[in-house]
Amino acid sequence: MRPLTPRRITAICALLFGVLFVVVVFALRTGAYPISLRDIVTTLFREALGRRDDIPQEFWQVIFGLRLPRIALGVMVGAALATAGAGFQALLRNPLAEPYVLGVSSGAALGAMLSLTVAPHIVGVIQAGAFVGAAATTAAVYFLGRRGGQLDSATLLLAGIISASFLSAAIMFLGTRMSGRDQRGMAFWLMGDLATPPSIHLGWLFFVLLITIGSIYTTSSDLNLILTGEQEARHLGVNVNRVKLVVYLAASVLTGLAVSVGGAIGYVGLLVPHAMRMLFGTDYRLLIPTSAVGGAIIIVVADTLARTVASPTELPVGAMTALAGAPVFIYLMRRRVR
Amino acid sequence: MSSGAGNGATRTQRPLTFAVDQGLRLKVEQASYAYAATDRSAPKFTLGPTTFEAQQRELVAILGPNASGKSTLLKLLAGVLKPLSGRIEVDGQEVGDLDLRVRARRIALVQQESELLFPLRVWEYVLQGRYPYGRRLRFESEEDCLLAGNALAQVGADELRDRWMDRLSGGEKQRVILARALAQQPALLLLDEPTQHLDIGGKVELLRRLRRLADENRYTVIVVTHELNLAAEFSDRVVLLHKGKSLRIGTPAEVYERDLLEEVFAAPLEVEMRTTGRPRVILRGSH
Repeated sequence: MRPLTPRRITAICALLFGVLFVVVVFALRTGAYPISLRDIVTTLFREALGRRDDIPQEFWQVIFGLRLPRIALGVMVGAALATAGAGFQALLRNPLAEPYVLGVSSGAALGAMLSLTVAPHIVGVIQAGAFVGAAATTAAVYFLGRRGGQLDSATLLLAGIISASFLSAAIMFLGTRMSGRDQRGMAFWLMGDLATPPSIHLGWLFFVLLITIGSIYTTSSDLNLILTGEQEARHLGVNVNRVKLVVYLAASVLTGLAVSVGGAIGYVGLLVPHAMRMLFGTDYRLLIPTSAVGGAIIIVVADTLARTVASPTELPVGAMTALAGAPVFIYLMRRRVR
Repeated sequence: MSSGAGNGATRTQRPLTFAVDQGLRLKVEQASYAYAATDRSAPKFTLGPTTFEAQQRELVAILGPNASGKSTLLKLLAGVLKPLSGRIEVDGQEVGDLDLRVRARRIALVQQESELLFPLRVWEYVLQGRYPYGRRLRFESEEDCLLAGNALAQVGADELRDRWMDRLSGGEKQRVILARALAQQPALLLLDEPTQHLDIGGKVELLRRLRRLADENRYTVIVVTHELNLAAEFSDRVVLLHKGKSLRIGTPAEVYERDLLEEVFAAPLEVEMRTTGRPRVILRGSH
């Protein structure tokens, strides 16, 4: 018997943060304007010590003006989507659940677009709209996915697919009212795009991210029991309704947050929690933090590949995650069917 | 004790275990339950007023055919359902008033295992039984591990601790589920049709184990079953239900009457009284 300890969680997270640091440095280095590893380290140190005058202007521009904000955005979006995926899997008791597959990302995208149409000048309106869209879609899919009062795995996924299809049609309809340039921008954003910095300060978004992940984390030992059955969890003393409400709201906030700044990036919520389960086990007290850091790593890698593999053309980051995620989805689905 | 159940022949079998530390643990007073299909439709009774008591170290069988209200009664005892009328008390406190975690420390309910979403090792599963005792994130202490290990040993499943739950046989799984319930250190152990997927050897072994847990560890064990002979052999008291009514409550010898059982189970039955004082039911040949 080797129960999970805070020490083990800290050690594994430290290891993953180390990997994230390496990935971030690699992402800073990669791109159309090459910068050596030494120059990156020197530039970062000088900035940290407040010696900006010693940094060559073009280095500062490439690292702090272009690449680092994009990487930070990727870290946030990846952490949000992967944690939301782990949350949805427990909430809906379905290992294939994740924001994109369930149509929740499409709901968030529609919410963001609608709010932008209605009140484009209010700060944070895109995020708020995306959250409302995500929450409404999750609720709709939850009720559509029930059969005979019980959540049915296949019905739930079908409800997600149908919702995504319906919402995409609505998004296309809204898109017809845009100019040709905006339409292209929208199409790119819908596939996942980290090139456009958000209108709201990144610090605020990170603050919301940490609070939300923290709130899911407080329910992690409850989620372990809910995964073995809701009734059983109740008998063991879990306040199931409270836990489900917290996870529902938090997963909706995380999806809204990710979609509002990065578009509808698919399969991260599926790929990352499953990979972390394979590596470190199914305990949510470890799965939530490892998924968050793992999601950040995956998105930073995917985005670096997206902007370099077909250089000078840039691919949407969602295309990269779909290339990796779709086969995993099929594998998990077939394994489950058998 | 209510409904006229006495210290009949069953008591003479284990005089030593029953002589020590008798104490009232469960008190069910006129508890009933009804549900309505919709808010406007008339309530449909699933369980009429039922009254009985159970002491420490007693094994009570809730007996009856399908749809007799057995599981409803068990859910009332577990606090999953609130009685429409009447009271259910465990150690002097009404079950419905107990906080969820306090309730989980007093009452453990063993049901058929639902499908596990992700693979889990046996020891991880059994440690879940310590949840009601933990703090916020509930990192398990050494004591928790010790108690989970003891629970596994009590059900003879020590060697299974590192196995995956989804690789266990029906009987092994049943023992592990029971171990998780024991890890809760409950006063009252409730089991819903625990013998359902077991062969005859497994059924006898499980009931023998439950009997031993009641005798040696002071649990009060309530088992829902429709296994007439197993209930007669291992229980101290039987609650016989039929169509949502508690027809008779007492020792097996008091409850097992041919006409009554034939009516309840709608089958030609014969009841034999054995020298041990416990009845045996056999199917009367009809061809």
